[in-house]
Amino acid sequence: MEAPVSNPLAIIGRVFLNSLAEIGRLSQFAGMSIAHILRPPIYWRLALQQMWLIGYNSLPVVGLTALFTGAALAQQIYVGGSRFNAESVVPGVVVIAIVRELGPVLGGLMVAGRVSSAMAAELGTMRVTEQIDALTTLSTDPINYLVVPRLLAAVVTLPLLVLVANIIGVLGGFMIGTERLGLNAGTYLQVTADFLERADVISSLVKAGVFGFIIALMGSYHGYNSRGGAQGVGKATTNAVVSAFILILLANLIITVIVFGDQT
Amino acid sequence: MSIQPMIEMNGVTKAFGPKKVLRGIDLKVDKGQSLVIIGGSGTGKSVMLKCILGLLSPDAGSIKVDGTEVTKLSARDRKKILSKFGMLFQGAALFDSLPVWKNVAFGLIQGKGMNKAEAREIAIEKLRRVGLTPDVGDLSPAELSGGMQKRVGLARAIASEPEVIFFDEPTTGLDPIMSDVINDLIVECVQDLGATTLSITHDMASARKIADRVAMIYEGKIIWEGGKQEVDHSGNDYVDQFIHGSAHGPIQMQLLKP
Repeated sequence: MEAPVSNPLAIIGRVFLNSLAEIGRLSQFAGMSIAHILRPPIYWRLALQQMWLIGYNSLPVVGLTALFTGAALAQQIYVGGSRFNAESVVPGVVVIAIVRELGPVLGGLMVAGRVSSAMAAELGTMRVTEQIDALTTLSTDPINYLVVPRLLAAVVTLPLLVLVANIIGVLGGFMIGTERLGLNAGTYLQVTADFLERADVISSLVKAGVFGFIIALMGSYHGYNSRGGAQGVGKATTNAVVSAFILILLANLIITVIVFGDQT
Repeated sequence: MSIQPMIEMNGVTKAFGPKKVLRGIDLKVDKGQSLVIIGGSGTGKSVMLKCILGLLSPDAGSIKVDGTEVTKLSARDRKKILSKFGMLFQGAALFDSLPVWKNVAFGLIQGKGMNKAEAREIAIEKLRRVGLTPDVGDLSPAELSGGMQKRVGLARAIASEPEVIFFDEPTTGLDPIMSDVINDLIVECVQDLGATTLSITHDMASARKIADRVAMIYEGKIIWEGGKQEVDHSGNDYVDQFIHGSAHGPIQMQLLKP
């Protein structure tokens, strides 16, 4: 059945068709999962358990990422700003950059690395050891039991994590700014508060919620549909992380353009 | 007036891409009967079971369970039909995130909404039924040997007292003695419940022990069916080759040929 490898057009065509089919399958899975949220039962206990796994356990890695990024950012902006004698913009630019972009994006990517892979590995193993089929034979819908709790947990938890990441990121900038760059602490906080707008925070949290959905969807989709033993599970795990990364960055761009695109 | 069969399949076909796995399965299992389907690896045995359970949907044909056509059911009706089934999976398929007793009680708690204390009591009782002590209930499935996992799987399959039980290769991967223990347990449990069973296996010792009737599947079709005693003089070359485990005969394995 293999098409001749020598024909580049055939390869391009096949890749294109395969990706269209994949997008179709993914959309179908997403639609089915959302439909199941509206169709009880919802396993709240499992959702809480997932919130703990996603949220609490991700705090250290997300917090450290935000701290270091905020600090590095403050240093760079100080260096850049000092060329125009504009060192005072540091707090404002840091808070905007962190809250609008870096907090949600870096937080989302870190959590995707941790959580999408873990979900894909767990569900993938359940698939290849027939545990997902076993759920069905025990009168339990596997989408309700496995996918819905993960989706709900991630959508609720990611905004909370990103909120923490934003605060820690600003704190990182504050620490470098006041300790190393000699900015006044009171002024720093004042400028930060002046620059930050409600829309920044809301867009940040909306992004986080969308990223949470992407993270859980990619982990569940690739795990749920994995096949072919240990190798298949490994592939599902890789695909989950890579596709979550790409989709998070794409979704971020789309939301940024929609929310901030018409500001000049 | 004929008695309505518990499971009836007519002309069921299923293909994965260009590969035709089922090529028109016709099969009938009467109430209370134990049918064992024998056949080599890759002949479509598991796919057939999954079609009946609705885990896969057949391309064509009809499957009736207790008179109800199950190939085109809504999710809710399917759940109702599935509550009549129990299944022992090849690798036991225990949920490794849950302790043993919750595995056994899973169908009772999640499927039937029974309260935990009551379900636990039944789970312990079912574990005892398959020869496991109550303290096993608190272990995790990963701590059990293969034979014990199979027993827990059996306890889970019978916990909700199903009308139909499927056994997917119940003795694969077990030593001959443990296989015999599992076979005995299957026979006893099925008698207790008066359940209809459909098993697939390539282990003839197991087939002889648990079957009332035997059917042989080859290349996606049922090529022979008869009583347990008739297996040895079926007059069918394919069946003879299979039960004697001979490499020579009409069945040629898909091996790499030079």
